[in-house]
Amino acid sequence: MAETILSNAPMPETELPPEPVRKGFWSRLGRIFLRQREASILVVAIVLVIYFQLSSSNFLTQFNILTLFEFISATAIIAAGEVMLLICGEIDISVGQVFALAPFIMYLVNQAGFSLWVGIVAALLVSSVVGLLNGIVTVWFKIPSLITTLGTQFLLNGITLTISMGEPVLTPSEGQINQIMGVNPYSEIVWAIAVMLVVQVILSFTRWGKHTVATGGNQLGASEAGVNINRVKMGNFMLTSVLAGLAGILEAFRITSISPLAGGTTIMFAAVAGAVIGGTALSGGIGTVVGAFLGVLALSILNDGFTLLGVSAYTYDIILGAAILIAMILNVRLRIWREAGRQ
Amino acid sequence: MTEATLPIAIPDVIRTEHLVKRFGAVTALRDVSMHLVKGEVLGLVGDNGAGKSTLIKILTGFMQPGGGEISVNGEEVKLRSVSYARSLGIETVYQDLALVNELSVYHNVFLNRELRYSPLPFLNNRKMREQARDHLMKMGVNIPSVDLEVAKLSGGQRQSIAIARAVYTDAKILLLDEPLAAMGAKEATLILELIHNLKAMGEVSIIMIAHNYAQVLEICDRVNLLQHGTITFDKPVAETSLDELNELVMREYRVGTTKTSMKS
Ligand SMILES: Nc1ncnc2c1ncn2[C@@H]1O[C@H](COP(=O)(O)OP(=O)(O)OP(=O)(O)O)[C@@H](O)[C@H]1O
Ligand SMILES: [Mg+2]
Repeated sequence: MAETILSNAPMPETELPPEPVRKGFWSRLGRIFLRQREASILVVAIVLVIYFQLSSSNFLTQFNILTLFEFISATAIIAAGEVMLLICGEIDISVGQVFALAPFIMYLVNQAGFSLWVGIVAALLVSSVVGLLNGIVTVWFKIPSLITTLGTQFLLNGITLTISMGEPVLTPSEGQINQIMGVNPYSEIVWAIAVMLVVQVILSFTRWGKHTVATGGNQLGASEAGVNINRVKMGNFMLTSVLAGLAGILEAFRITSISPLAGGTTIMFAAVAGAVIGGTALSGGIGTVVGAFLGVLALSILNDGFTLLGVSAYTYDIILGAAILIAMILNVRLRIWREAGRQ
Repeated sequence: MTEATLPIAIPDVIRTEHLVKRFGAVTALRDVSMHLVKGEVLGLVGDNGAGKSTLIKILTGFMQPGGGEISVNGEEVKLRSVSYARSLGIETVYQDLALVNELSVYHNVFLNRELRYSPLPFLNNRKMREQARDHLMKMGVNIPSVDLEVAKLSGGQRQSIAIARAVYTDAKILLLDEPLAAMGAKEATLILELIHNLKAMGEVSIIMIAHNYAQVLEICDRVNLLQHGTITFDKPVAETSLDELNELVMREYRVGTTKTSMKS
């Protein structure tokens, strides 16, 4: 009923002016940066680039930039899915093992006489089934996803080691596929950027995205409004797994071999860390895919720059740990300030 | 026109007969027969633990009564679920439960009924923003901008938006469980104004639980007092007063104390 009346209603002309400025310059600046988390991470990344370029002129060489892309791509693709899951209030720590399993599925299907394309599709399908399984166990049996995916992580690792018999294999080749999927030095980063854009559009401009935010932000309220929160969660588990599988396949093509030991917690933690540094709240409801991408970018620059400077990997871990802690504190502060921002 | 003033011509949107609800040894509702007239605001008052929330939960389909009948729009129904009650136009607004803090006001208004550029899957944010703004304006809900995240609004503003949303989604019967609780005078005025506007539009019927009799007298058409699991008082607001309502409760208090003192 309301809709028909509303379309004829006059447009309101009054929009209240923005709330008056009360705080000092620095605290205002701080808040602007916190609100625009993507912008601040980008600034951090640029500052890091300048610093590393000044300390070691090798940083902005084509060779090193390609190395950087290698660092970023697979992690950023996984982070794109992980952000969606984190926003709807869940987490998947089995992504590293999906990353390892998917290329083996592709390989085996190809060995069985099917086209490599069929192999890729099959691998992504298996990945989505893993996501569905994670979702079902989490949603139906009400098990925290941290525990669910801890279980699947071991399960998948075992499966990968079994079907590969513990041996690495060479990535098959077929026509243009290898170029498109990762042999070309720029293909993987293009994939990563494309994935980031698509998932960000899903998050910002579709019902799915709004329902994902609603599910993580206020689970009870969302389901009261009729949002099928179980479906939203399962869908995002599947998306995350498929993207992890895709990342694994792209890496297999780039490296030209498939190792049963490729997976693990390192890439998973890197993806989650990137998401958190990019402004995703582990408590759900808040985060952006672009932020996660930039978070991964900043971490990769840090890692790569330290390698160039010959700084020990231990130092990198110390800084990474500190960065995560600071990011988490900022995320929590941000939430408190938002609540306090009410008139 | 004259017919409309006859009592018989005004239909009941809700009518309950002898509702009973027990929780183990506790009898929350002993025998509740009440009714809600189309377009009216019914104030439901009573002591803590009188069973007001329990009655609302039964009417919203969240709990099943242990006995008695419920009719909606003249037809006997079994309110077996919240979604079934909602399909009959019954909607309950719970403060703070309803809205998603992380979404903008207009995304909240359109939650789960988002407008899209169909057949494309993309949200028509422009249209949703405009319609939400118009709707809230029409309801008299005053917020700085529909683009704001709900987290940045006050409790009163959020409650207003939750109520306005319920109306926007075609609720015909609104159940408000203490919409004025924990709100300052300014905030409460917002909600009272909104309820007033809704009343003026005449589309929805409202049951409102409240503890502040002055507010009940200000906004409601009729007041029901729930005591010991049954309705002990039912009068149009015009025929009662603050004194009478206070007196009723005081009397209950006195009776209660004499009972206990007699027992001991
Ligand atoms: N789920 C439940 N399980 C057991 N007892 C309950 C339950 N819900 C309510 N009760 C009991 O039923 C009685 C009525 O509770 P109800 O919440 O309806 O009171 P109320 O009138 O809303 O009170 P208030 O003004 O404090 O909100 C109370 O004695 C309460 O303890
Ligand atoms: Mg109550």
